[in-house]
Amino acid sequence: MAMNWLTDFIRPRIRSFVAPKDVPGDLWSKCPACEGMLFAPDLKTSHNVCTHCGHHLRMPVKDRLALLFDGRCYKTIAPPSVPDDPLRFRDRRRYTERLREARAATGLRDAITIAHGTIGGRGVVAAAFHFSFMGGSMGVAVGQGFLKAAREAVARRAALLAIPCSGGARMQEGALSLMQMPRTVLAVEEVRAAGLPYIVLLTDPTTGGVTASFAMLGDIHIAEPGAMIGFAGQRVIAETIRETLPPGFQTAEYLRENGMVDMVVPRKEMAAMLGRVLGLVMPDAEAA
Amino acid sequence: MPPLPFEKPVAELEAKIAELRQVASADIAIADEVERMQAKIDRLLAGIYAALTPAQKVAVARHEARPHFSDYVAGLFTEFTPLAGDRLFGEDAALLGGLARLNGRPCAVMGHERGRDTQSRITHNFGMARPEGYRKAQRLVALAARFGLPVVTFVDTAGAYPGVGAEERGQAEAIARSMQVFLAAPVPIVTVVIGEGGSGGAIAIACADRVYMLEHAVYSVISPEGCASILWRAAAQAEEAAAALRLTAQDLKRFSLIDGIVPEPVGGAHRHPEQAIQATGRQISRALNALTPWDGPALVQRRKANFLARAGGDL
Ligand SMILES: [Zn+2]
Repeated sequence: MAMNWLTDFIRPRIRSFVAPKDVPGDLWSKCPACEGMLFAPDLKTSHNVCTHCGHHLRMPVKDRLALLFDGRCYKTIAPPSVPDDPLRFRDRRRYTERLREARAATGLRDAITIAHGTIGGRGVVAAAFHFSFMGGSMGVAVGQGFLKAAREAVARRAALLAIPCSGGARMQEGALSLMQMPRTVLAVEEVRAAGLPYIVLLTDPTTGGVTASFAMLGDIHIAEPGAMIGFAGQRVIAETIRETLPPGFQTAEYLRENGMVDMVVPRKEMAAMLGRVLGLVMPDAEAA
Repeated sequence: MPPLPFEKPVAELEAKIAELRQVASADIAIADEVERMQAKIDRLLAGIYAALTPAQKVAVARHEARPHFSDYVAGLFTEFTPLAGDRLFGEDAALLGGLARLNGRPCAVMGHERGRDTQSRITHNFGMARPEGYRKAQRLVALAARFGLPVVTFVDTAGAYPGVGAEERGQAEAIARSMQVFLAAPVPIVTVVIGEGGSGGAIAIACADRVYMLEHAVYSVISPEGCASILWRAAAQAEEAAAALRLTAQDLKRFSLIDGIVPEPVGGAHRHPEQAIQATGRQISRALNALTPWDGPALVQRRKANFLARAGGDL
């Protein structure tokens, strides 16, 4: 386990130094909000925040965890393994094929990473979602991962930090995905029953069955600026009500205005804010 | 309402019987003929309903004439006393509930109500609840817990309402909190999916000690139409999606996600609503009897263990 710090943090950085991609297409990208050109090294320094308009682009989980944990240092915990494709689901393509592809592209087993370390000196177990893995969708593997994270938090007397980034339930696992909603709610209950804090860091996007389960049951809800957070998809709502949606609908700021999140915090201030909040709710005796 | 496409041969025979009855009223030969045709209809229906495809089950589950929440309440409960409002924002007629007696014993009862005609469908928002509905559900469970009353819920919704106001008032939070409240309630809870169990809007009131489905009910993470438009990029593939999603009562039972299936009368609940309602009532009574008397904390512990054991298994 001690080597995880190396594999999880140092190696990717080394790789990025020793194997820079010189393709110009990879060096420059366009901000989806202001369309300004973004230079990859600048983006890395700004933690994927647009250097022109401050738009928060999506961020790889590894980078995010490094940004949040004290000393950029954390260890990962392997999520429980679960059998693939319980329904033998097939749409235009087989679910097993989509899984294989997502695994090859991301190097991940599924859409959740569990990590532990300290933030502001307080012990934290994080359950972070990878949007790059099938839209961060929640099926059995993710539900089990979240449950594992909660159990780890209780075992370590640490806070649980959920970092959803998900389109919702994984359709390819049908009702088994739906059941992850009450199961993750129960996971949260175990953390609460142990008297430990449960913080939700809502990132772009957090929607559907993920929002409507563990993501809305935090002791404290912190969202990233501009993050899309909601239950129903905007297209579905627009089709149902046959009206254009209000400006800023389902953004982090909109949710704060409507009382669903406590604060909207810029990425560069996130670790400090988490540390402050954890310091306020966790007694010193439980500082790790 | 027009017959379901796969019921066409039955509808033709039924039309013939109606014709026969019109031409002669006291003719014995016709009575025999009617009896013979009725027997044929029954055989046909039994065959058709034993072999329904998942997409056909979706159509049956949504059938207009299928008994609704209000029919179950009228058929099974006495002294139904509707309670209104979430005490926070408003009243939601898409999710009705209140206090009542089942077999003489007081309980809380709630469920989605789709409405029957155009006007009542609008009143009940087609059974698609807003946050107020789910917060009223929480209130009713808390009330039941306070007075030691069992809770019975009936699920029948296409899903939670996707609207601007619903989002503003925290549809996601209302659903999440509802599951939390149900899972922690120290009183027995029995749920029956009577028609369509649509995603989060359904499971919000289905976190029960015992969950049953009617034989031709469906329960799914997303509607077949929604799934088809996302994964196939064509809503027309809903039939395929319905099969792929494994949303029938038989599928849910096979995956141990529900506790049992309530058999429907031949030809579906919409043909003989009273039989379906009474069969459902017997199942609810059996379940509540098995759960009574109860020890609150032990009940909660078992309910939690049940959900953790499902769809993945406890760690
Ligand atoms: Zn920008």
